[in-house]
Amino acid sequence: MAKIIVVTSGKGGVGKTTTSAAFATGLALRGIPTVVIDFDVGLRNLDLVMGCERRVVYDLVNVINGEGNLNQALIKDRRVDSLYILPASQTRDKDALTLKGVAKVLEVLKKRFEYIICDSPAGIEHGAIMAMYFADAALIITNPEVSSVRDSDRIVGMLAAKTRRAINNLEPVKEHLLLTRYDTKRVEKGDMLSAIDVTDILAIPMLGIIPESQSVLHASNSGTPITLDRESDAGQAYLDVVARFLGETPPKREKKSLFTRLFGK
Amino acid sequence: MNLLSYFQNQNSQTHNTAAVAKERLQIIVAHARRQRDPSTLDCILPHLQQELLEVVRKYIMVDDDDIKINLERDGDYEILELNITLPEQELAKNEK
Ligand SMILES: Nc1ncnc2c1ncn2[C@@H]1O[C@H](COP(=O)(O)OP(=O)(O)O)[C@@H](O)[C@H]1O
Ligand SMILES: [Mg+2]
Repeated sequence: MAKIIVVTSGKGGVGKTTTSAAFATGLALRGIPTVVIDFDVGLRNLDLVMGCERRVVYDLVNVINGEGNLNQALIKDRRVDSLYILPASQTRDKDALTLKGVAKVLEVLKKRFEYIICDSPAGIEHGAIMAMYFADAALIITNPEVSSVRDSDRIVGMLAAKTRRAINNLEPVKEHLLLTRYDTKRVEKGDMLSAIDVTDILAIPMLGIIPESQSVLHASNSGTPITLDRESDAGQAYLDVVARFLGETPPKREKKSLFTRLFGK
Repeated sequence: MNLLSYFQNQNSQTHNTAAVAKERLQIIVAHARRQRDPSTLDCILPHLQQELLEVVRKYIMVDDDDIKINLERDGDYEILELNITLPEQELAKNEK
Protein backbone atom coordinates (compact mmCIF):
# COMPACT_ATOMS: atom_id res chain seq x y z
CA MET A 1 0.00 0.00 0.00
CA ALA A 2 1.48 3.35 -1.04
CA LYS A 3 2.23 5.81 1.73
CA ILE A 4 1.75 9.57 1.57
CA ILE A 5 4.19 11.64 3.62
CA VAL A 6 3.87 15.39 4.07
CA VAL A 7 6.94 17.49 4.81
CA THR A 8 5.57 20.43 6.75
CA SER A 9 6.49 23.12 9.29
CA GLY A 10 4.30 26.22 9.36
CA LYS A 11 7.35 28.47 9.28
CA GLY A 12 9.14 29.18 6.01
CA GLY A 13 12.82 28.68 5.30
CA VAL A 14 13.34 25.91 7.83
CA GLY A 15 14.32 23.18 5.33
CA LYS A 16 11.12 21.59 4.00
CA THR A 17 12.18 21.60 0.37
CA THR A 18 15.73 20.53 1.22
CA THR A 19 14.29 17.67 3.27
CA SER A 20 11.70 16.66 0.65
CA ALA A 21 14.43 16.35 -1.98
CA ALA A 22 16.87 14.57 0.35
CA PHE A 23 14.32 12.19 1.84
CA ALA A 24 12.73 11.22 -1.48
CA THR A 25 16.16 10.65 -3.00
CA GLY A 26 17.23 8.60 0.02
CA LEU A 27 14.21 6.31 -0.37
CA ALA A 28 14.71 5.98 -4.12
CA LEU A 29 18.41 5.14 -3.64
CA ARG A 30 17.16 1.93 -2.06
CA GLY A 31 15.21 1.10 -5.18
CA ILE A 32 11.86 2.11 -3.68
CA PRO A 33 9.59 3.77 -6.28
CA THR A 34 9.23 7.31 -4.95
CA VAL A 35 7.65 10.52 -6.22
CA VAL A 36 8.12 13.94 -4.66
CA ILE A 37 5.43 16.58 -5.27
CA ASP A 38 5.92 20.33 -4.94
CA PHE A 39 2.77 21.80 -3.34
CA ASP A 40 4.18 25.32 -3.16
CA VAL A 41 1.97 26.78 -5.87
CA GLY A 42 3.34 30.09 -7.13
CA LEU A 43 6.71 29.57 -5.43
CA ARG A 44 7.99 26.43 -7.10
CA ASN A 45 11.50 25.58 -5.95
CA LEU A 46 11.75 21.83 -5.56
CA ASP A 47 12.64 21.58 -9.27
CA LEU A 48 15.70 23.79 -8.64
CA VAL A 49 16.82 21.88 -5.58
CA MET A 50 16.39 18.62 -7.52
CA GLY A 51 18.20 20.08 -10.54
CA CYS A 52 15.42 19.47 -13.06
CA GLU A 53 14.13 23.03 -13.55
CA ARG A 54 14.77 23.01 -17.28
CA ARG A 55 12.78 19.86 -17.81
CA VAL A 56 9.48 21.14 -16.40
CA VAL A 57 6.75 20.90 -19.04
CA TYR A 58 3.50 20.42 -17.16
CA ASP A 59 2.83 20.81 -13.45
CA LEU A 60 0.46 19.66 -10.71
CA VAL A 61 -2.18 22.29 -11.51
CA ASN A 62 -2.05 21.47 -15.24
CA VAL A 63 -2.69 17.83 -14.41
CA ILE A 64 -5.59 18.67 -12.09
CA ASN A 65 -7.13 20.93 -14.74
CA GLY A 66 -6.65 18.32 -17.44
CA GLU A 67 -4.30 20.58 -19.44
CA GLY A 68 -1.63 17.92 -19.49
CA ASN A 69 -1.53 14.32 -18.41
CA LEU A 70 0.29 12.97 -15.40
CA ASN A 71 2.87 11.05 -17.43
CA GLN A 72 3.86 14.22 -19.25
CA ALA A 73 4.15 16.14 -15.99
CA LEU A 74 6.24 13.58 -14.05
CA ILE A 75 9.97 14.18 -14.42
CA LYS A 76 12.16 11.11 -14.11
CA ASP A 77 15.36 11.77 -12.19
CA ARG A 78 18.49 11.18 -14.27
CA ARG A 79 20.64 10.01 -11.35
CA VAL A 80 18.37 7.75 -9.33
CA ASP A 81 16.27 5.19 -11.12
CA SER A 82 13.06 4.96 -9.15
CA LEU A 83 12.76 8.69 -8.43
CA TYR A 84 10.22 11.08 -9.99
CA ILE A 85 9.36 14.74 -9.45
CA LEU A 86 5.99 16.42 -9.92
CA PRO A 87 6.61 20.18 -10.07
CA ALA A 88 4.36 22.94 -8.71
CA SER A 89 2.63 25.46 -10.87
CA GLN A 90 3.82 29.06 -11.14
CA THR A 91 0.25 30.32 -11.27
CA ARG A 92 -0.60 33.14 -8.90
CA ASP A 93 -3.96 31.59 -8.11
CA LYS A 94 -3.39 30.03 -4.69
CA ASP A 95 -6.74 28.27 -4.86
CA ALA A 96 -5.80 26.37 -8.00
CA LEU A 97 -5.44 23.27 -5.83
CA THR A 98 -8.67 21.58 -4.77
CA LEU A 99 -9.09 18.55 -2.52
CA LYS A 100 -10.91 16.77 -5.30
CA GLY A 101 -8.15 17.51 -7.81
CA VAL A 102 -5.35 16.51 -5.44
CA ALA A 103 -7.21 13.31 -4.51
CA LYS A 104 -7.50 12.39 -8.18
CA VAL A 105 -3.77 12.81 -8.83
CA LEU A 106 -2.77 10.94 -5.66
CA GLU A 107 -5.05 8.02 -6.53
CA VAL A 108 -3.16 7.49 -9.77
CA LEU A 109 0.27 7.98 -8.17
CA LYS A 110 -0.57 5.45 -5.46
CA LYS A 111 -0.78 2.72 -8.07
CA ARG A 112 2.70 3.44 -9.32
CA PHE A 113 4.76 4.52 -6.31
CA GLU A 114 5.42 3.20 -2.85
CA TYR A 115 6.13 6.57 -1.32
CA ILE A 116 4.57 9.90 -2.22
CA ILE A 117 6.41 12.82 -0.59
CA CYS A 118 4.48 16.13 -0.41
CA ASP A 119 6.61 19.27 -0.02
CA SER A 120 4.32 21.72 1.77
CA PRO A 121 4.33 25.49 1.35
CA ALA A 122 4.89 27.60 4.48
CA GLY A 123 1.92 28.92 6.44
CA ILE A 124 -1.17 27.31 7.86
CA GLU A 125 -3.51 28.27 5.02
CA HIS A 126 -5.05 26.53 2.04
CA GLY A 127 -1.80 25.36 0.43
CA ALA A 128 -0.48 23.77 3.61
CA ILE A 129 -3.81 22.03 4.15
CA MET A 130 -3.80 20.68 0.58
CA ALA A 131 -0.34 19.22 1.17
CA MET A 132 -1.20 17.53 4.48
CA TYR A 133 -4.80 16.50 3.89
CA PHE A 134 -4.23 12.98 2.55
CA ALA A 135 -1.04 12.25 4.53
CA ASP A 136 -0.43 9.00 6.39
CA ALA A 137 2.70 10.37 8.07
CA ALA A 138 4.25 13.82 8.58
CA LEU A 139 7.82 14.99 8.84
CA ILE A 140 7.58 18.09 11.00
CA ILE A 141 10.59 20.20 10.11
CA THR A 142 11.73 22.31 13.02
CA ASN A 143 14.69 24.60 13.61
CA PRO A 144 15.95 24.98 17.20
CA GLU A 145 14.52 28.46 17.48
CA VAL A 146 11.42 29.89 19.22
CA SER A 147 9.18 30.80 16.29
CA SER A 148 9.87 27.57 14.43
CA VAL A 149 9.06 25.45 17.49
CA ARG A 150 5.80 27.30 18.10
CA ASP A 151 4.80 26.99 14.45
CA SER A 152 5.53 23.28 14.56
CA ASP A 153 3.09 22.99 17.44
CA ARG A 154 0.47 24.79 15.34
CA ILE A 155 1.07 22.25 12.58
CA VAL A 156 0.62 19.42 15.09
CA GLY A 157 -2.77 20.95 15.89
CA MET A 158 -3.70 21.06 12.21
CA LEU A 159 -2.61 17.49 11.58
CA ALA A 160 -4.97 16.47 14.38
CA ALA A 161 -7.90 18.47 13.02
CA LYS A 162 -7.69 19.27 9.31
CA THR A 163 -6.55 16.04 7.69
CA ARG A 164 -8.52 13.22 6.10
CA ARG A 165 -7.48 10.88 8.91
CA ALA A 166 -8.62 13.33 11.59
CA ILE A 167 -11.90 14.24 9.90
CA ASN A 168 -12.84 10.60 9.28
CA ASN A 169 -11.76 9.45 12.76
CA LEU A 170 -9.09 7.14 11.35
CA GLU A 171 -5.77 6.36 12.96
CA PRO A 172 -4.06 9.76 13.30
CA VAL A 173 -1.31 10.96 10.96
CA LYS A 174 1.98 9.56 12.26
CA GLU A 175 4.18 12.43 13.40
CA HIS A 176 7.96 12.54 13.12
CA LEU A 177 10.02 15.43 14.39
CA LEU A 178 12.98 16.39 12.24
CA LEU A 179 15.29 18.97 13.74
CA THR A 180 17.26 20.77 11.02
CA ARG A 181 19.93 23.47 10.86
CA TYR A 182 21.24 22.21 14.20
CA ASP A 183 24.42 23.80 15.47
CA THR A 184 26.00 21.73 18.25
CA LYS A 185 28.49 24.45 19.17
CA ARG A 186 25.77 27.01 19.72
CA VAL A 187 23.74 24.48 21.70
CA GLU A 188 26.72 23.80 23.93
CA LYS A 189 27.14 27.52 24.56
CA GLY A 190 23.50 27.77 25.63
CA ASP A 191 22.62 29.99 22.67
CA MET A 192 20.41 27.49 20.91
CA LEU A 193 17.67 25.10 22.05
CA SER A 194 18.97 21.55 22.26
CA ALA A 195 17.35 18.51 20.67
CA ILE A 196 16.27 17.40 24.12
CA ASP A 197 14.71 20.82 24.80
CA VAL A 198 12.70 20.64 21.58
CA THR A 199 11.45 17.09 22.22
CA ASP A 200 10.57 18.11 25.79
CA ILE A 201 8.49 20.97 24.46
CA LEU A 202 6.78 19.31 21.51
CA ALA A 203 6.64 15.70 22.72
CA ILE A 204 6.80 14.29 19.20
CA PRO A 205 9.02 11.26 18.45
CA MET A 206 12.36 12.44 17.04
CA LEU A 207 13.30 11.02 13.68
CA GLY A 208 16.62 12.77 13.35
CA ILE A 209 18.84 15.80 13.63
CA ILE A 210 20.32 17.48 10.56
CA PRO A 211 23.31 19.71 11.25
CA GLU A 212 23.61 23.22 9.89
CA SER A 213 25.99 22.61 7.01
CA GLN A 214 27.74 24.42 4.18
CA SER A 215 27.23 21.34 2.06
CA VAL A 216 23.48 22.02 1.86
CA LEU A 217 24.11 25.32 0.14
CA HIS A 218 26.56 23.74 -2.30
CA ALA A 219 24.10 20.96 -3.04
CA SER A 220 21.25 23.35 -3.80
CA ASN A 221 23.59 25.56 -5.85
CA SER A 222 24.27 22.64 -8.12
CA GLY A 223 20.80 21.08 -8.05
CA THR A 224 21.89 17.93 -6.25
CA PRO A 225 19.78 16.47 -3.43
CA ILE A 226 22.06 16.42 -0.39
CA THR A 227 21.65 12.65 0.05
CA LEU A 228 23.67 12.18 -3.17
CA ASP A 229 26.65 13.85 -1.46
CA ARG A 230 27.81 10.95 0.67
CA GLU A 231 30.74 12.94 2.01
CA SER A 232 28.61 15.57 3.68
CA ASP A 233 27.50 15.47 7.31
CA ALA A 234 24.01 16.63 6.39
CA GLY A 235 23.75 14.02 3.62
CA GLN A 236 24.75 11.29 6.08
CA ALA A 237 22.26 12.57 8.62
CA TYR A 238 19.46 12.43 6.04
CA LEU A 239 20.42 8.89 5.03
CA ASP A 240 20.19 7.94 8.72
CA VAL A 241 16.77 9.57 8.84
CA VAL A 242 15.62 7.41 5.92
CA ALA A 243 16.99 4.29 7.63
CA ARG A 244 15.26 5.11 10.89
CA PHE A 245 12.03 5.90 9.06
CA LEU A 246 12.16 2.44 7.50
CA GLY A 247 12.56 0.94 10.94
CA GLU A 248 16.28 0.23 10.76
CA THR A 249 18.92 1.19 13.29
CA PRO A 250 21.43 3.31 11.41
CA PRO A 251 25.12 2.81 12.17
CA LYS A 252 26.12 4.87 15.16
CA ARG A 253 28.19 7.92 14.39
CA GLU A 254 29.70 10.47 16.75
CA LYS A 255 27.68 12.20 19.46
CA LYS A 256 26.46 8.82 20.57
CA SER A 257 25.19 9.90 23.94
CA LEU A 258 22.70 12.41 22.55
CA PHE A 259 21.34 9.94 20.04
CA THR A 260 21.12 7.20 22.62
CA ARG A 261 19.12 9.46 24.89
CA LEU A 262 16.77 10.57 22.13
CA PHE A 263 16.21 7.41 20.21
CA GLY A 264 16.84 4.91 22.98
CA LYS A 265 18.97 2.79 20.73
CA MET B 1 28.04 47.28 42.23
CA ASN B 2 31.57 46.02 42.01
CA LEU B 3 33.31 45.22 38.80
CA LEU B 4 32.99 41.48 39.19
CA SER B 5 29.23 41.49 39.65
CA TYR B 6 28.95 43.91 36.72
CA PHE B 7 30.55 41.34 34.45
CA GLN B 8 28.46 38.56 35.93
CA ASN B 9 25.32 40.53 35.16
CA GLN B 10 26.49 41.22 31.65
CA ASN B 11 27.04 37.57 31.24
CA SER B 12 23.67 36.47 32.56
CA GLN B 13 21.91 38.57 29.93
CA THR B 14 23.44 36.72 27.02
CA HIS B 15 24.18 33.46 28.71
CA ASN B 16 21.95 30.46 28.38
CA THR B 17 19.17 32.27 26.61
CA ALA B 18 18.23 28.81 25.33
CA ALA B 19 17.00 27.92 28.83
CA VAL B 20 14.79 31.02 28.80
CA ALA B 21 13.48 30.09 25.35
CA LYS B 22 12.65 26.60 26.55
CA GLU B 23 10.72 27.84 29.54
CA ARG B 24 8.73 30.35 27.47
CA LEU B 25 7.96 27.76 24.81
CA GLN B 26 6.80 25.18 27.35
CA ILE B 27 4.28 27.65 28.75
CA ILE B 28 2.98 28.85 25.38
CA VAL B 29 2.77 25.38 23.85
CA ALA B 30 1.00 23.92 26.91
CA HIS B 31 -1.51 26.78 26.71
CA ALA B 32 -2.05 26.33 22.96
CA ARG B 33 -2.59 22.60 23.44
CA ARG B 34 -5.17 23.12 26.16
CA GLN B 35 -7.00 25.55 23.91
CA ARG B 36 -7.16 22.89 21.20
CA ASP B 37 -8.30 20.14 23.53
CA PRO B 38 -12.11 20.10 23.65
CA SER B 39 -12.05 18.42 27.07
CA THR B 40 -10.47 21.44 28.77
CA LEU B 41 -11.99 24.66 30.09
CA ASP B 42 -9.37 26.58 28.13
CA CYS B 43 -10.99 25.37 24.95
CA ILE B 44 -14.54 26.45 25.85
CA LEU B 45 -13.51 29.71 27.50
CA PRO B 46 -13.55 31.95 24.40
CA HIS B 47 -17.04 30.67 23.47
CA LEU B 48 -18.25 31.05 27.04
CA GLN B 49 -16.96 34.61 27.14
CA GLN B 50 -18.69 35.45 23.87
CA GLU B 51 -22.04 34.03 24.98
CA LEU B 52 -21.85 35.71 28.38
CA LEU B 53 -21.20 38.98 26.63
CA GLU B 54 -24.34 38.52 24.55
CA VAL B 55 -26.47 37.71 27.60
CA VAL B 56 -25.19 40.66 29.63
CA ARG B 57 -25.75 42.97 26.68
CA LYS B 58 -29.46 42.18 26.72
CA TYR B 59 -29.61 44.18 29.95
CA ILE B 60 -26.54 46.38 30.17
CA MET B 61 -24.41 47.84 27.41
CA VAL B 62 -20.85 46.71 28.07
CA ASP B 63 -17.77 46.75 25.88
CA ASP B 64 -16.04 43.62 24.64
CA ASP B 65 -13.27 43.94 27.17
CA ASP B 66 -15.56 44.72 30.10
CA ILE B 67 -16.03 41.01 30.63
CA LYS B 68 -12.95 39.17 31.76
CA ILE B 69 -12.71 35.48 32.34
CA ASN B 70 -9.71 34.08 34.06
CA LEU B 71 -8.83 30.48 34.69
CA GLU B 72 -6.39 29.69 37.42
CA ARG B 73 -4.94 26.40 38.43
CA ASP B 74 -4.11 25.58 41.99
CA GLY B 75 -3.04 22.00 42.39
CA ASP B 76 -6.06 19.88 41.53
CA TYR B 77 -8.40 22.86 41.53
CA GLU B 78 -9.36 25.07 38.66
CA ILE B 79 -10.73 28.44 39.61
CA LEU B 80 -12.87 30.22 37.08
CA GLU B 81 -13.01 33.91 37.77
CA LEU B 82 -15.56 36.13 36.05
CA ASN B 83 -15.32 39.90 36.15
CA ILE B 84 -17.88 42.23 34.63
CA THR B 85 -17.12 45.92 34.74
CA LEU B 86 -20.35 47.89 34.68
CA PRO B 87 -20.39 51.26 32.95
CA GLU B 88 -20.56 54.21 35.34
CA GLN B 89 -23.84 55.81 34.28
CA GLU B 90 -25.66 52.47 34.58
CA LEU B 91 -24.56 52.29 38.20
CA ALA B 92 -25.64 55.85 38.85
CA LYS B 93 -29.13 55.08 37.50
CA ASN B 94 -29.51 52.12 39.82
CA GLU B 95 -28.54 54.14 42.85
CA LYS B 96 -31.37 56.63 42.41
N1 LIG C 1 20.91 21.73 7.24
C1 LIG C 1 21.07 22.91 6.61
N2 LIG C 1 22.26 23.58 6.68
C2 LIG C 1 22.43 24.77 6.06
N3 LIG C 1 21.48 25.37 5.33
C3 LIG C 1 20.28 24.77 5.20
C4 LIG C 1 20.01 23.51 5.83
N4 LIG C 1 18.73 23.14 5.53
C5 LIG C 1 18.24 24.13 4.74
N5 LIG C 1 19.16 25.10 4.53
C6 LIG C 1 19.02 26.33 3.73
O1 LIG C 1 17.93 27.07 4.25
C7 LIG C 1 17.21 27.72 3.20
C8 LIG C 1 15.75 27.32 3.26
O2 LIG C 1 15.63 25.94 2.99
P1 LIG C 1 14.37 25.33 2.26
O3 LIG C 1 14.57 23.86 2.20
O4 LIG C 1 14.10 26.02 0.97
O5 LIG C 1 13.24 25.70 3.33
P2 LIG C 1 11.64 25.71 3.17
O6 LIG C 1 11.27 24.79 2.05
O7 LIG C 1 11.18 25.20 4.51
O8 LIG C 1 11.23 27.11 2.94
C9 LIG C 1 17.89 27.32 1.91
O9 LIG C 1 18.77 28.32 1.55
C10 LIG C 1 18.64 26.05 2.29
O10 LIG C 1 19.80 25.86 1.49
MG1 LIG D 1 10.03 25.14 0.31
